Amino acid sequence: MALGIFFKRKRGYFLLRTGRLQPWLFIGPALLLLSFFLVYPSIHTTVLSFFGRPYSAGAEGFIGVENYKHFFTDRSMLTAFRNNALWVVIFTTFTVCFGLMFATLLDRVRYEKIIKAIVFIPMAISMVGASVIWKFVYAFRPAGANQVGLLNAIVVFFGGKPVGWLIERPWINNWCLIIVGIWIWTGFCMVILSAAYKNIPRELMEAARIDGASEWQVFWRIILPILKPTVAVVTTTMIVFVLKIFDIVYVMTNGNFSTEVIANRMYKEMFSFYRYGRASAIAVVLLLLIIPVMLFNIRRFREQETVR
Amino acid sequence: MARLVRTLSRGPLHVVIIVLALTWMLPTAGLLITSFRTPQDVAHSGWWTVFEHPFNFTRYSLENYRTVIEKKGMGQAFLNSLKISIPGTIIPVMLAAFAAYAFAWMKFPYRKTLFLIVVALLVVPLQMTFIPILTIFKQLHLGGTLPGIWLAHTGYGLPLTVYLLHNFIAGLPSELFDSASIDGASPLQAFFRLVIPLSIPAIASVIIFQFLWVWNDLLVALMYLGGTPNVAPVTLKVANLVGSRGQDWELLTAAAFVSMALPLIVFFSLQRYFVRGILAGSVKG
Repeated sequence: MALGIFFKRKRGYFLLRTGRLQPWLFIGPALLLLSFFLVYPSIHTTVLSFFGRPYSAGAEGFIGVENYKHFFTDRSMLTAFRNNALWVVIFTTFTVCFGLMFATLLDRVRYEKIIKAIVFIPMAISMVGASVIWKFVYAFRPAGANQVGLLNAIVVFFGGKPVGWLIERPWINNWCLIIVGIWIWTGFCMVILSAAYKNIPRELMEAARIDGASEWQVFWRIILPILKPTVAVVTTTMIVFVLKIFDIVYVMTNGNFSTEVIANRMYKEMFSFYRYGRASAIAVVLLLLIIPVMLFNIRRFREQETVR
Repeated sequence: MARLVRTLSRGPLHVVIIVLALTWMLPTAGLLITSFRTPQDVAHSGWWTVFEHPFNFTRYSLENYRTVIEKKGMGQAFLNSLKISIPGTIIPVMLAAFAAYAFAWMKFPYRKTLFLIVVALLVVPLQMTFIPILTIFKQLHLGGTLPGIWLAHTGYGLPLTVYLLHNFIAGLPSELFDSASIDGASPLQAFFRLVIPLSIPAIASVIIFQFLWVWNDLLVALMYLGGTPNVAPVTLKVANLVGSRGQDWELLTAAAFVSMALPLIVFFSLQRYFVRGILAGSVKG
């Protein structure tokens, strides 16, 4: 897990002698806020997800799994589901592959640091900022007008017709949104994979090269197998992140033109339709989707710990 | 000769890397350049056309920045972001340091179980919490207020900050505390005189990650401050501008750049802590 590379040291066994009350004064405020902001609402939301609207007035009251049924049958919900699946597959594949490629290639050049900084910068800015940057790249003017968006200018330069990148449903616009995510998060994958790459003993690769292995073989037979645990961790981190994707879609299309995603759908259920029961069910499904990936991540992390 | 062959054979590698890096920079470069162009220029030609007359400074101005900062409220939003992010960083990191210290070095019942629960809360997506908390905030009149969002960012930030600081503080050598207690220092004194000074690198990384997380956050601000423009942070303001002024690229680009300025300064001045902080923070719900 990305957490693992943060300061991890061997723990001492010694504990301070304190009064009975003192530890609770230290952890009390944190526990209180955690209970209020995470524990209690999670339980309440789960309960709400079985109720109709409006919950407080009790007009519909308890409706069982109706909200969940809606989740899996409603058309816009299914679109959101499909798009999230699309995000998970495309976003995760490309961020991890690009990250791996940068980590491997950049190790061979002297200007590694500068390029790494360039690729990592998008991680520093907000996803809102990144969305503006890319909305401008995708800007569309009708044919004949001067294109101000970079992508359409290139298309027109090569004799093509300008494309409404964020409007062409469902494949072009979803790909265009996912590219924004890839642009932001490749830097993250690169830095973690590169740290793991630098730990591979150089002699291993040198020995293989002396034995006549091509660079391609070195990558597939030596580098990749050694990096496998790190790749697994980066992949799962990306999946957990992308299941909750919201900002990019909210700013760039607000889920219009078949680009809806689960988290944005929940926002709409809350603030446009005030259907709290349905919104709660969406949140619960999101949690249920995340838990298995997180469990896998933690197990993986533990295995790595014992190997070390 | 051999060296020349080697350099030439590596030519494609350099080309691939440099082309990729340029591609990565291009969108941001376009944003930056556009933000300095006049509205007329922006509306009629692509930003790349400035390279036909790169040193014709009469074509650039700070006018867009003046407009977004003074007239479009980006200046106020910038201050709001500071007012949200600074307490939204200090409060959680302080509480987390206290808790992490107790979890690492103090004896109390259910110590391990409680710690596990705190870490397990990392799994909870923020979406799980919005509806109940909004309801309570409404009753307490905390919705649309700064203290409300400080508390929210504190609650959401704690699982990770506690976990990270615990990892570090638990790794301090136990002899340190041994000798401190022999010298008669209380746990509180040990905390302020030993733990805090020794944990500065860890705390710095955690502060940077939490600060950037809050600064760049859109979702939490949208939930708890969405209806109150006078406390809206830069992210919310820019998102609203995209909705209302979608085609005025000279304004959007300048506003977006105002929202990015501080994170970029932090990035270039504190790169090492920054990278460590971001990596650690990436698992946050």
